[in-house]
Amino acid sequence: MSASTAVRIGTEPSKITRWIILGIVGVVFALPILAMIEFTFRDGLSGNYTLGHWTGLFTEESARTYRGLFQAIGNSFLLAIVTVVIVLVVLLPTMILVQLQFPKLKRVLEFVCIIPITVPAIVLVVGLAPVYSVVVSIFGSSVWTLAFAYGITVLPYAYRAIQSNLDAVDVVTLSEAARSLGANWGSVLWRVLLPNLRRGILAASFISVAVVLGEFTIASLLNRVNLQTALLQVSQSDPFVAVIFALLALGFVFILLLVIGRLGRARRDRSAS
Amino acid sequence: MTITTPVPASLSTGAGATVELVDVVKDYSGHRALDNINLSIAPGEFVALLGPSGCGKTTALRSLAGLERIDGGSIRIDGVDVANVATNKRDIGMVFQSYSLFPHMTSIENVEFGLRMRNVPADERRVRAAEALEMVGLDSFATRYAHQLSGGQQQRVALARALVTRPRVLLLDEPLSALDAKVRLQLRDEIRRIQTDLGITTLFVTHDQEEALAVADRVAVMRAGTIEQIGSPEALYTTPSTPFVANFVGLSNRVNAELVDGSVSVYGQALAALGEALPDGPVTAFIRPEDIVIERDASFTGGVEATVVTSSFLGSLRRTQLKTADDTLLSVQHDVGERALPGDVVTLRLRGAAVAVSARD
Repeated sequence: MSASTAVRIGTEPSKITRWIILGIVGVVFALPILAMIEFTFRDGLSGNYTLGHWTGLFTEESARTYRGLFQAIGNSFLLAIVTVVIVLVVLLPTMILVQLQFPKLKRVLEFVCIIPITVPAIVLVVGLAPVYSVVVSIFGSSVWTLAFAYGITVLPYAYRAIQSNLDAVDVVTLSEAARSLGANWGSVLWRVLLPNLRRGILAASFISVAVVLGEFTIASLLNRVNLQTALLQVSQSDPFVAVIFALLALGFVFILLLVIGRLGRARRDRSAS
Repeated sequence: MTITTPVPASLSTGAGATVELVDVVKDYSGHRALDNINLSIAPGEFVALLGPSGCGKTTALRSLAGLERIDGGSIRIDGVDVANVATNKRDIGMVFQSYSLFPHMTSIENVEFGLRMRNVPADERRVRAAEALEMVGLDSFATRYAHQLSGGQQQRVALARALVTRPRVLLLDEPLSALDAKVRLQLRDEIRRIQTDLGITTLFVTHDQEEALAVADRVAVMRAGTIEQIGSPEALYTTPSTPFVANFVGLSNRVNAELVDGSVSVYGQALAALGEALPDGPVTAFIRPEDIVIERDASFTGGVEATVVTSSFLGSLRRTQLKTADDTLLSVQHDVGERALPGDVVTLRLRGAAVAVSARD
């Protein structure tokens, strides 16, 4: 076999192969979404199509009918905000502290943060139920308290987003340089570290929002109302509206993930230049 | 790029500070990184800590900076013990081995950072930062970010940033090691010029003996957490007090010799012995390549015969490897015009007056 005809094992697939793979994966993802979109334009079982389900959302009557759904959307956004705050106030400083002062604990922290991804939501709820009896006695039964549980479920995603940024920036040297220039720890954090971890922080925040907006099991089993549980309820009376809101939620999360991707690319471009 | 910009008055520190490390001890989980280090640096003096990796030189510098907590002894700046003073209160300037510019700030914002931390008014801050950048020849790069600067330029900005606050002590932690040879040479000379002009007390850590010898007033050679010898570059090179120093600073040939009454007999020539007193008997002598001459005078008697193995052209000089009858390999440094071919048998003569010796291994 001549060198020119030799099969190179382990090389990347050809352009055509890549497009075929991308096409198949794209179809698998796109088909259900296209089916959902098509469904929202159906005029009942008549076989005709209508814009009525979309335009009907913005009538006064719909506002009354779906008040619960709109409230649930508000709940989900509140939960997303509180969850992001928990991530930024608890996880971020912990990770910076470990990176700067206790690097030997990095593996332990990573293990702890990744654990929630291996625990099924139903198992998590069984464990959280008794915890929440205490939470309720302290903070009441407001919906935002669900963010404590969500703070745990988003840990793996938020951890990865922040850690990849921490790995890309020499935070130890930067903080030592700032300290040698007279900065106290507050200034080191605020003026040097956080600006350089901005992309990781944004990515962690956006991905936390995406996870919270898509969460159903914990909210349902702990008898809280969020977007997903409300969608289920609505789908039993008006499946078209439920699918429309599901599409809107998907679109919102898609945009968030797009922004995260852009942030990552911007960082790579900057490093490359 | 050679910078000749004079040092601005706004950066003048006046007299430098006295720095003293007294019986400093530092342990890392059972390993003693600094073992009762004693070092005194006079105001305005430039001292280099030189040694192999892991000898404790960076630990000593970081302890002085307050980035490492010491386990014993004291560190004094101008007579005041700063062992328990936080890094940001020690009034030091530091340039790191790895590029340490803040990536989200421009060059001038980086230089201004220390002044901002000291609440210097914005107008004065801008002027002083601009002058500091001008001092390192980068005034036209003020609005560039770190990723838009070369390694050498980044270290220049880091130097300006360290000096703009008029610190009492300047600490340089192998600031040239990541740079290519030519830039390293230029920046090395620039650092020395600026340090001399400012009169700032400076501690410079390096593992590059040529670098240390070229810039420092005094060089402290470290080994296993202790200072093996401290002295002027000339003293270290010509009169090394220990075999380690003789071996580490510059090139040395290890030659079997005999010690008799404080005099070393090497290849039939008697030389004075340097270093610790040893009992008479077999010793190892350390002879510099430039202290061995290829003798061309046919009337010369004595010396030792050796066969040329290789000869390397090194620009301004030539280094030739030779093998003696007892299979000892010797390195000889000589004029580029004086060429010996492999296989030539020549006579070698020693021209030094004294050599460092150690007990034979």
